[in-house]
Amino acid sequence: MQWFDYARPRTLDEAAKLLAEHGDRARILAGGTDILVQLRAGARAAEMVIDVKDIPELNEIHWDGSTGLTLGAAVPCYRIYGNADIKQHYAGIIDVASLIGGTQIQGRASLGGNLCNSAPSADAIPLMIVLGATCRIVGPSGERTVAVEDFCTAPGKNILQAAELLVSIHFPAPKPNSGAHYMRFIPRNEMDIAVAGAGVSVVLENGNFASARVALASVAPTPLFVKEAGEALAGQPVNDESIARAAAIAKNAAKPIDDMRGTVRYRKHLCEVLTRRALQVAVQRAKGSN
Amino acid sequence: MPRKVQVQTKINGEDVEFLCEPRQSLLEALRDIVGLTGAKEGCNDGNCGACTVLFDGRIVTSCLVLAVEAEGKQITTIEGVAMGNELHPIQQCFLEGAALQCGICTPGIIVAAKALLDQDTNPSEEKIRLWLANNLCRCTGYDKIVRSVQAAAGRMQEAR
Repeated sequence: MQWFDYARPRTLDEAAKLLAEHGDRARILAGGTDILVQLRAGARAAEMVIDVKDIPELNEIHWDGSTGLTLGAAVPCYRIYGNADIKQHYAGIIDVASLIGGTQIQGRASLGGNLCNSAPSADAIPLMIVLGATCRIVGPSGERTVAVEDFCTAPGKNILQAAELLVSIHFPAPKPNSGAHYMRFIPRNEMDIAVAGAGVSVVLENGNFASARVALASVAPTPLFVKEAGEALAGQPVNDESIARAAAIAKNAAKPIDDMRGTVRYRKHLCEVLTRRALQVAVQRAKGSN
Repeated sequence: MPRKVQVQTKINGEDVEFLCEPRQSLLEALRDIVGLTGAKEGCNDGNCGACTVLFDGRIVTSCLVLAVEAEGKQITTIEGVAMGNELHPIQQCFLEGAALQCGICTPGIIVAAKALLDQDTNPSEEKIRLWLANNLCRCTGYDKIVRSVQAAAGRMQEAR
């Protein structure tokens, strides 16, 4: 592997100084399950690797019934699915934390890392989008908040500027009668990259959809927020017809490529099936959540 | 030129100090510096699980951990699983159940299985298979591995 230096700052200020000094020659290390593979393969370069796991703000899990959940960008998956508050209020987050990689990867990998790696196939990003999550980013010119759906710009690329750091991801408190789910299709049962994936969230009211959001994985250069699929459900009765219409919109919005994992036609078909099934699960969760 | 870094850590219950390059993986440090060659290098990118070790109580692929991250941590490798000259029940059951052929994946699988049985004394077959999904074996077809983990769970329960 290429030579680099290593630092383990204990505060955001220390991290900011290191980032300012090294700019785009610095790389952030959280769980390392993507960045170490990329550094080893020469796909990314670094003169300084900044390990952010000792910074309290990147390690916190904070739940508040009125404001929601703040999840430090470096919190590994096993801490997410081991957390009672997340289990109780965000079944969709448990879905993705439990299916990324295997047990060993889940011991290290974080949702913040999944976001910053910005792969089109990232399993956690569609789910974060449909939950309306926002990113807290600090940098040389201060702090800013960006919606997750605006974060990724191209495969492996995102809106983070040189010396900016993703600190945490904030999820609004779930509305009453709401539910979310993420599902993907892979040829194995685990440890694989999504051929396609669908994340959905719904809010129900008197037998109708009050609102819904749909986002897809692996069918565009970035995780794809399909706003119109969710909007088509708002005000509609909860039944097979309305769900099928939203799934068809998701299928039409997908812009996949042919590659070794699947063809365009197959992936578009998967988007329809996965969106429909994920909506059915989310509706069940919403009915059970009260 | 980046400097080498002194790392103080605990491996298999013993204090260990080593000097490494920041770019070296924990797996490289264990094998090439500390001389513990039980953890194996298979894919070197986190897929195969042959380099699995316990890192502060969690299983990780040590090829995807930097050696410098071991500072102040507790690490258990396959060398720390047996109790002196007495094999751990998982090791004994792997021998009796012929759960290995070439043996390259075995150290990682035994470390991973031990972590599972330490937190769940009677896991279902499905749970064992999911837990070990990050450990590839190209010889056995997995059935003998899963059955040996189940046998070890039973033996460990009897011993309680």
